[in-house]
Amino acid sequence: MAKVLVVTSGKGGVGKTTTTAALGAALAQSGQSVVVVDFDVGLRNLDLVMGAERRVVFDLINVVQGVAKLSQALIRDKRLEYLWLLPASQTRDKDALTDEGVKSIIDDLRTRFDWVLCDSPAGIERGATLAMRYADEAVIVTNPEVSSVRDSDRIIGMLDSKTVKAERGERVEKHVLITRYDPARAARGEMLSIDDILEILATPLLGIIPESQDVLRASNVGSPVTLNNADCAPARAYTDAARRLLGETVAMMVPTERKGLMDRLLRRRAA
Amino acid sequence: MMDLRRLFGSRTASAPVARERLQILLAHERGLRGQPDLLALLRSEILTVVSRHVVLDPEKVIVRMERGKTVSTLEVDIEVPNNFERSRAVAAT
Repeated sequence: MAKVLVVTSGKGGVGKTTTTAALGAALAQSGQSVVVVDFDVGLRNLDLVMGAERRVVFDLINVVQGVAKLSQALIRDKRLEYLWLLPASQTRDKDALTDEGVKSIIDDLRTRFDWVLCDSPAGIERGATLAMRYADEAVIVTNPEVSSVRDSDRIIGMLDSKTVKAERGERVEKHVLITRYDPARAARGEMLSIDDILEILATPLLGIIPESQDVLRASNVGSPVTLNNADCAPARAYTDAARRLLGETVAMMVPTERKGLMDRLLRRRAA
Repeated sequence: MMDLRRLFGSRTASAPVARERLQILLAHERGLRGQPDLLALLRSEILTVVSRHVVLDPEKVIVRMERGKTVSTLEVDIEVPNNFERSRAVAAT
């Protein structure tokens, strides 16, 4: 039974695309067949973060409009056999997405994959509402910062009212994923703590992704962080989060940087 | 060094402020969710009532809400010209 999962946040720049790529790759690494779908029509970026930007021929809008078949628009990852990408259109605007079009594509993807990960655009407009519309589960990406938490709360309200599941009286299974977390700053009281955020949002925690240079490094080279350096702190945190999505019980902790001599030397050189 | 850090720590512990501000704000926003815009509704109904008696410039009716921790205040500011016209409906009676 396929699962449709939306990666959403309301606020922009909190790490939705990074998260979609990292979770998608981690799920595919564990043998699940996964498609990551970019819903950010006009501002696509999942292709770039996945390193597939030069292989895009057809896109989501082409499929919605019947210009291309779904199988023509799907791009298989070069590193992972079970990982696929459905890119967004870069030239059209978001009005080209229709509810019926999205429904038929999601229905089709459900028959082909174990996981359909929808990368939502920022905001609460059409692109974002359509990305969550057919979701069974949601990952709400939140930074430990007031505006992000407020927007997450708003998005949680929408997941509980504007999705097909909600309209049927069912529930979208929601998880909060905290990104760019700095345990030292939280300990000093400079940053909202995990407990603060969870208490305010009243939603279960999927994982804590520490602030790390490895995230930028991975996107620079077009590789999901879980693939680029599976041993770095954010990759381990994403891998744990993916295992929790698969129903495993994994102890919750904030992975920290392993500072070996080489690591320190490299870090200094990179800085 | 430790003492210095502690000093800095207490000065920059802004997270509790963030948490409290969020809790107050979200309690309010969740209450409004799914309802029509309360202030717009109040404004239009107040305008209707007052207009029954006085000819008003709709632009001059201002409704403001200030939220506090335990109570909120609703401020209604209606500007009426000195030599205001009575509304016809009332003038006729």
